[in-house]
Amino acid sequence: MGAIEIHNLSKSYGKVQALDNVSFSVERGELFGLIGPDGAGKTTLFRLLTTLLNPDAGSAKVDGYDIKKDYLAIRSRVGYMPGRFSLYPDLSVEENLQFFAALFGVSIDESYELIAPIYKQIEPFSTRRAGKLSGGMKQKLALSCALIHRPGVLFLDEPTTGVDAVSRSEFWDMLSGLKERGITILVSTPYMDEASRCDRIALCNEGKILSIDTPKGIVRRFDKRLYGISAKNMFALLGKARMVRGVEDCYPCGEKHHLVAGHEFDIEYFKSQMKDTEGLEIVNTEPTIEDMFIKLMKR
Amino acid sequence: MKQNFGSFIRKESLHILRDKRTMLIVMLIPVVLMILFGFAISTEVNNINVVAVASERTDGIRDAVERLSQNEYFTFKGYIQQDEIDSYLRSGKASAAIVFSPDYDRRAMQAAMGVPTKPIIQLIVDASNVNTAGSATAYLQGVLLGSASQQAMFETRMLFNPQMKSAYNFVPGIMGLIFILVCAMMTSVSIVREKEVGTMEILLVSPVRPVKIIFAKMIPYFVISCVVLVMILLLARYLLGVPMSGGVWGIFALSLLYLILSLSLGLLVSTIANSQMVALLVSAMVMMMPILMLSGMLFPIENLPLFFQVVSNIVPARWYIDAVRKMMIQGLPLVAVWKNGVILLGMTVVLLGVSLKKFNDKLE
Repeated sequence: MGAIEIHNLSKSYGKVQALDNVSFSVERGELFGLIGPDGAGKTTLFRLLTTLLNPDAGSAKVDGYDIKKDYLAIRSRVGYMPGRFSLYPDLSVEENLQFFAALFGVSIDESYELIAPIYKQIEPFSTRRAGKLSGGMKQKLALSCALIHRPGVLFLDEPTTGVDAVSRSEFWDMLSGLKERGITILVSTPYMDEASRCDRIALCNEGKILSIDTPKGIVRRFDKRLYGISAKNMFALLGKARMVRGVEDCYPCGEKHHLVAGHEFDIEYFKSQMKDTEGLEIVNTEPTIEDMFIKLMKR
Repeated sequence: MKQNFGSFIRKESLHILRDKRTMLIVMLIPVVLMILFGFAISTEVNNINVVAVASERTDGIRDAVERLSQNEYFTFKGYIQQDEIDSYLRSGKASAAIVFSPDYDRRAMQAAMGVPTKPIIQLIVDASNVNTAGSATAYLQGVLLGSASQQAMFETRMLFNPQMKSAYNFVPGIMGLIFILVCAMMTSVSIVREKEVGTMEILLVSPVRPVKIIFAKMIPYFVISCVVLVMILLLARYLLGVPMSGGVWGIFALSLLYLILSLSLGLLVSTIANSQMVALLVSAMVMMMPILMLSGMLFPIENLPLFFQVVSNIVPARWYIDAVRKMMIQGLPLVAVWKNGVILLGMTVVLLGVSLKKFNDKLE
């Protein structure tokens, strides 16, 4: 039995279908990522699994408990970190932690060794108001608070949004540490580059799951040749490249444009068509999760 | 779980104590209102400028004008001509003009002896402010009738508030207003803030039932309100000299009930509102306005149109203010206002019941 089991879950707000017939399961001790843009339904899924919302249809179990029938049992067993910073900005770091310990009826000492790797980094600022912490420190405090009662399953809704690159990387290191302690983690992120830090990921968009696999497996499913192209005038290049026969898709990706080659694509023909393009460069490129995501979204 | 209830109250108190500005406002508003209503704003009539028109200044007229200018409520601005009255009243140089009839002395004498006579004094009053005009007319009549030695016709005694001090009237009103402000508005805003900031989500995903957290939230506000209550009672007694002859404990007991009612009202607002702004608006519009208009604080309920008289029955402040007035000024004991007490208790039970039922431990 998985730590999280979701069967045909649907949820709509009025006319907006936020979640459409979603099913998947997360194994115990797994670090599972939900990857998708804003509006993909990630937050709705979190709220359903943390029993904050009732589903329109379908069912789900968290840690073996049904989200509708046993919602009180789930509430004391999971740790939840909502998308926005949800601590008390006018209370100090320590007061926040104490309050959440009291909320779950535990003492800080009982869980200290679990949160220590995270909390130690902000402990020097324990008397500072939480509202005055930097983005990265806020996340560490929020994670400490979510872990204070040693939850079996941890729900993290976009924990790294609005956090600098270094803190983001640190944050994922911490999650790997928690995973080793046997905690199941469901984490969502709009950043594709973070997906590779997960055991498995689900790509989602507009309330639907597009694909579920390990990050490597997802990339492996990309069965087309991919080129990275660049030129002096990147914008003009995009329009021009899309017109060439055999080019299935071309879109900006970082510093280059990614070009997805169709069956009819011929590199020499492409070059000849683009010969008057100043500073044209074409290189073979390995597909990333983002390429897969774009491909799935277009389908 | 006892221990964690204590820490909830502690957390809530920290929120309040750290918000120094709000704290200051809560403590200052009652004091400022008491002083404002007690001294500055009053419906008593003071410093009315009066002019007189008299063709001859006979002894009787001199005597009347003398008494008028001695009176602290009037300022005598001198004699003018008949055709100047209009311009004096229009320009605001005078609020009232007294026109004495030519044979004032003789006819006043006749009137004093009980001989029927035509009017001997005409009062022309600027009624652009109805309240001032009304009181001024009444005062003027009183003063001038004295000069015609007719005061024997009536003997008026003002009971309970013989000096007609308006402060007496306002203290219960202010209490009715302040407690709604502190309890209902502040608790609803502080509960809704948890929704707005997102901490409510975390609170809900915990083993503690949110109702418990909310009760913990109410306790510090209840304590603050009690402090404010003591402050108001002390100010009323020693600064404004309100008698409180009915015993302060009755007032205290009824006020505690009213506090709990206000807290329940705040809880109800918080279940409806989703942002602090809405909570504030609902508190201000839906609660403050009826208290000001329909509770008898500013306008007597008997003066309202019938429809609003009926509506005023559901305004809790109406019953509270009425009862406090009776206890504070008339000096009645608590048992004498049992009806108001029962009504307030009933309202509290209903409000608390509805809001607890409405309070959702999910997000929708």
